[in-house]
Amino acid sequence: MALKMVKGSIDRMFDKNLQDLVRGIRNHKEDEAKYISTCIDEIKQELKQDNIAVKANAVCKLTYLQMLGYDVSWAAFNIIEVMSSSKFTYKRIGYLAASQCFHEGTDVIMLTTNQIRKDLSSPNQYDTGVALTGLSCFVTPDLARDLANDIMTLMSHTKPYIRKKAVLIMYKVFLKYPESLRPAFPRLKEKLEDPDPGVQSAAVNVICELARRNPKNYLSLAPLFFKLMTSSTNNWVLIKIIKLFGALTPLEPRLGKKLIEPLTNLIHSTSAMSLLYECVNTVIAVLISLSSGMPNHSASIQLCVQKLRILIEDSDQNLKYLGLLAMSKILKTHPKSVQSHKDLILQCLDDKDESIRLRALDLLYGMVSKKNLMEIVKKLMIHVDKAEGTTYRDELLTKIIDICSQSNYQYITNFEWYISILVELTRLEGTRHGHLIASQMLDVAIRVKAIRGFAVAQMAMLLDNAHLLAGNTQRNGICEVLYAAAWICGEFSEHLEDPLQTLEAMLRPKVTTLPGHIQAVYVQNAVKLFAAVLTRRETAGEKQAAQETTEMLIEKLPQFVQSADLEVQERASCILQLVKYIQKLQAKEVSVAEEVTALFAGELNPVAPKAQKKVPVPEGLDLDAWINEPPSESESEDEKPKAIFQEDEPKHSRPRLTELDEQELARRREARKQEQANNPFYIKSSPSPQKSYQDTPGVDHIPVVQIDLTVPLKVPGMPISDQYLKLEEERRLKQKQEKKDKKKKKKKEKHGKSRRHDSAHTESEEDIAPAQRVDIVTEEMPENALPSDEDDKDSNDPYKALDIDLDNLVSGGGAYRPLADSEKLPVRTHRPSRTEGLKSPDVDTTAEEQRPKKSKEKDKKKDKERKKSKEEKKKKKRKKSAPTEELEEEEQQHQGEQAEDKISTEDTSEAKEAKTNDVPAAVPTEASDLDFWLATAPVPSKPQQQPLEAVPLSEPESPKESEKDQEESKSSKHKKKKHKKEKEEKKSKKKRHRSENVESEAAVHNGTAEEEEEEPLPPMSNYCLLAENSYIKMVYDIQGNLQDGSQVVVSVIFENNCTDFLKSMEFNVLDSLNTRLVRPSGASVHDGIAVPFQLPPGVSNEARFVFTVQSIVMPQKLKGTLTFIVKTEDGSTHEKLDFKLHFTCTSYLITTPCYSDAFAKLLESEELKVNALKLDSINMPFHHLLAKICFHHHFSVVERIDSCASMYSRSIQGHHVCLLVKSGDNSVSIDAKCNEPSLLSHVLEEIKQTFTTAS
Amino acid sequence: MIKAILVFNNHGKPRLIRFYQYFPEDMQQQIIRETFHLVSKRDDNVCNFLEGGSLIGGSDYKLIYRHYATLYFVFCVDSSESELGILDLIQVFVETLDKCFENVCELDLIFHMDKVHYILQEVVMGGMVLETNMNEIVGQVENQSRLEKSEGGLSGAPARAVSAVKNMNLPEIPRNINIGDINIKVPNLSPFV
Repeated sequence: MALKMVKGSIDRMFDKNLQDLVRGIRNHKEDEAKYISTCIDEIKQELKQDNIAVKANAVCKLTYLQMLGYDVSWAAFNIIEVMSSSKFTYKRIGYLAASQCFHEGTDVIMLTTNQIRKDLSSPNQYDTGVALTGLSCFVTPDLARDLANDIMTLMSHTKPYIRKKAVLIMYKVFLKYPESLRPAFPRLKEKLEDPDPGVQSAAVNVICELARRNPKNYLSLAPLFFKLMTSSTNNWVLIKIIKLFGALTPLEPRLGKKLIEPLTNLIHSTSAMSLLYECVNTVIAVLISLSSGMPNHSASIQLCVQKLRILIEDSDQNLKYLGLLAMSKILKTHPKSVQSHKDLILQCLDDKDESIRLRALDLLYGMVSKKNLMEIVKKLMIHVDKAEGTTYRDELLTKIIDICSQSNYQYITNFEWYISILVELTRLEGTRHGHLIASQMLDVAIRVKAIRGFAVAQMAMLLDNAHLLAGNTQRNGICEVLYAAAWICGEFSEHLEDPLQTLEAMLRPKVTTLPGHIQAVYVQNAVKLFAAVLTRRETAGEKQAAQETTEMLIEKLPQFVQSADLEVQERASCILQLVKYIQKLQAKEVSVAEEVTALFAGELNPVAPKAQKKVPVPEGLDLDAWINEPPSESESEDEKPKAIFQEDEPKHSRPRLTELDEQELARRREARKQEQANNPFYIKSSPSPQKSYQDTPGVDHIPVVQIDLTVPLKVPGMPISDQYLKLEEERRLKQKQEKKDKKKKKKKEKHGKSRRHDSAHTESEEDIAPAQRVDIVTEEMPENALPSDEDDKDSNDPYKALDIDLDNLVSGGGAYRPLADSEKLPVRTHRPSRTEGLKSPDVDTTAEEQRPKKSKEKDKKKDKERKKSKEEKKKKKRKKSAPTEELEEEEQQHQGEQAEDKISTEDTSEAKEAKTNDVPAAVPTEASDLDFWLATAPVPSKPQQQPLEAVPLSEPESPKESEKDQEESKSSKHKKKKHKKEKEEKKSKKKRHRSENVESEAAVHNGTAEEEEEEPLPPMSNYCLLAENSYIKMVYDIQGNLQDGSQVVVSVIFENNCTDFLKSMEFNVLDSLNTRLVRPSGASVHDGIAVPFQLPPGVSNEARFVFTVQSIVMPQKLKGTLTFIVKTEDGSTHEKLDFKLHFTCTSYLITTPCYSDAFAKLLESEELKVNALKLDSINMPFHHLLAKICFHHHFSVVERIDSCASMYSRSIQGHHVCLLVKSGDNSVSIDAKCNEPSLLSHVLEEIKQTFTTAS
Repeated sequence: MIKAILVFNNHGKPRLIRFYQYFPEDMQQQIIRETFHLVSKRDDNVCNFLEGGSLIGGSDYKLIYRHYATLYFVFCVDSSESELGILDLIQVFVETLDKCFENVCELDLIFHMDKVHYILQEVVMGGMVLETNMNEIVGQVENQSRLEKSEGGLSGAPARAVSAVKNMNLPEIPRNINIGDINIKVPNLSPFV
């Protein structure tokens, strides 16, 4: 007792942890909800405390409660608090909670952007990892946009652990922010060849996901994947790649041919079932994509089918399931090879596992033939009886109907049998597919004229026993068949034996419990039956009986007039009036039968389901235009219940005809007959519809009445389909016998056989003559229907946005499209100062990265034109955006330069380079050219594929070729121009490094003082040359680390200058006391850091290195060395390159926005030291000057008034630097304040450097 | 893509849920119930794939599950994943749990849901398979636990002491734990991959 008290008090002192919560919940089984609600109150208290440990604990418990179904979104802000803790333990809890309960609708999610960014750049890899994992679950379009660039840099992180996570999350980023795909793709592609298998696997994973949605954009990667497939041993990667190939082959048959061999080898060699299975799957896809007429592939099909048979026969149910799944894919194109395994598949129908039975059912669809249809359906009917679950039974039902109705009832030889099957199916309780059966009944009865008599008899029986179907509400689904039954009986009432009986059945009081739309059909068809009854009575001269029928109708119809369903009510009251009128006429001894029948004369033809859609809109008809101006909204139309069968539609107009006089009626009838006679689509009634039915042996002597005596337990009067099976067998036997006889007789005379016999010897199953000569009426389509079978694609597809052409980014020669300005990823750095014209350094690098990848031009003309037009479009687009004028001018300038032959030596060498790139031979990146790669496959000569084959450029003889060449040269000129432009940019960069600013020159050229506001800014880059030799070139940029006051990050872009492969690069610097390179734990100060990638020829990539600095008031230089191995054809050599890293004071500054009032306060404070600088002969526009200071020296503009501006920046150690920039005539004065005079003087010195060298 | 990972016991009580697509909480619970209903009525010797499940997915999605002792591990995946591969991944996940918890049983999952999540995060990320190599997974998990320990852990020493005090006075606790001696037997299945 005492202890309990102690425990209680301690409890209050210390909070419950997760384990206590779980234990508590388990101890309160009876009042769990109550207990949890007190716990949530506790948690709310804990969240109010300042202690982060307590908060984290509370959030952890909330995560558990979330799993139990409690909404914890109210704690979203607290979760963010815990996420931002500096301790990994808490951070991880926060991110876990966030990943469980944040989503796009969570509003506080936007607060996380900076926190996540901070975590992403954390020096602790697990902080980064945990942030990436969390982000992958709740990334929103905003987060994706803001963080895309940070994540992209992480893709080249030194740690594989981070790299692989960063690569994977890119897929989520692409989904939310599709614009990031193009800039990020080159790097993603690079990761396919990452040395770490995990990263490689992640990259494969992402590209496979992308390619699955839009395969055509990734065809160009096929060679690379092919290489991976033949070299990789990781089954997980192999499976993904093989699956990807499965998606690619339909687009490129040549790829399939190339694949077959390695895949077949894999099938033979692998022991892993999963891999085997995927190989088989892809081979199947290949075979489907190839035309089936290829003889040499039958072996592959046999192999697949044989392997699948092994899978299906396996005792492991999983393999059995998958085997059936794959088998169904073969079935579509090679049904014959599957049909030979019918035994196996039928066996699977009896499997105890429902999944397997369902798969086997799918296969049955292709297994049936005229011969075995009845047999298979009989088997399925047995399953239907045995099936316990409704889902499986419903599945069976739809399958039976599918199988029977496939390709226009191709396999049905006896429609009486089919009708009886349908009628038997109506006995199913609680099925959802009543309407399916109903539509089949209607379809068969309308389209197979010979069967109408039988169908009507069956339907009459159904109507008679309607109480069995509609009896209880649970069976509601099945009462749909009454709709069909009533309609068929009414429409084809001439076939009815006793229409009066059916009429009475349809007017029973019980009918009013049926759904409205069925009652409506009942009412309508009751009149048709009435007409039939009248006709019979009058022809028999039984006027009394006819009048009795009329009275009966008048007596029964009012129950429908009272119906709540408008449609029923309307029809009933209309018909009631009609019948009353008939009664009057009858009283006057007028014979009315003919007139009443005339109401329903004419035949209804089946209409194709899409017919309405395909009626072309006549010219000049605007369906959206108002015919009359819309009235005020008071009028509302009564909504009619939706008719489910198209056949019903034309009837709506019929009752109206009653008001027409007889003459008019006759005239119309005549017109209709005329029209029908002229209508080629109208199928005239055959002279004797019953004839074929009569003269087929075996069926005609089944009197319906006889059958209903034999099946007393079932719904009376229903023939059981099994009997047909027996009869059918007999019939076939007879037929065979006859044929044998005939054959014996006619052995010598091969001519003069009946039509059926002509085709008889082709296939044994064709021998079976249908029991009825079936006259299947085709569905009507409107004249000049538009042939647009394609169903509209879903425009809401989220993956559609990712349908981005990446080809010209990756390979492709002259039509290569660099990343446009608009496509750059938003970069955090310098954001406050960036205007549209500024190019971010990252985009520069990506553009640079791709440029050298250009390989020979082998693109097809078509392709080129397409790309060209795109290019032009893009240009047009650019014209609209601000910075274009200048670009254009620049371009012209370059052209002029070229013409005037003022090319510097550097330029010529580059031009040469470009030329060598254009020459088709001697290109090492052969494999990247898809066409070439595919063309090397052994291709059996097929004429239609000829134009697809890549034509080597070295054959300019043919006129076509020369034309193409012209095209080529044009585009190569185009390319050169582009090339030049880029070179120019690069050159400018170099020049800047040599303290010579070209951009400002350009600005001088173009900028006139009047239009300086509108004038766009020249592109700028902070990357400057670190070192260069014939193998490699390094450019670098230094930026402060926001989070850590003692760290700066050096981003180095390595560019391979030579034609050899560079690998094992190691980056090392000689540390000074003040500045040190951050090395992995355990490494000594003399160890270098391995650069996490290799460089194929012409490729560049970026790596980041972290340095710690102690004092930042002085600029510093560090000596360093890059060692690397050059791999040439004959061997490899060790090379090194020395460099000097220059840490300017500017690089310690971080762009920080500042409000003007805060700025004013800052200036007032005494601590700041003053310094000043005057720049002479500056004649660039003032906003250019500001932009340059912002960009190169990491300042932000606080306020600008005319030619005067205040600027602010902060060092990584928190020093404030304030500038006041004033522009006079040709000179600029800068007054500066900072709390660290040494830092300030150095910064000013650097600013001065920037501008003096520039001008 | 993996759409969801669900772990629940033979009675349908959730032990771990991880959705890679947003569903509101009540919907999540409904999905768990439906999935449990579908999975639990199947014998142990039928195949491990299930189509259907109207709430999650659609025709492109499949449920792939394994049943270990008292727990069901269910992955809901689309057609881009290899069925046998995912089965194997479940095995990897469970074996990893077994290594990290040393003879894992349902109780471990009950009381250390957070840790199970952290392990899962090293296997699957955002619906995509991150790592299939068990040693790599275990290594990363251990590194992170070490990092956590070096920070003093979540509850730290005092809380642990309190929990000890609580335990000594509560005779009813063991009674509720006694289902826990059924370990999840990790069978040595021949791996597919």
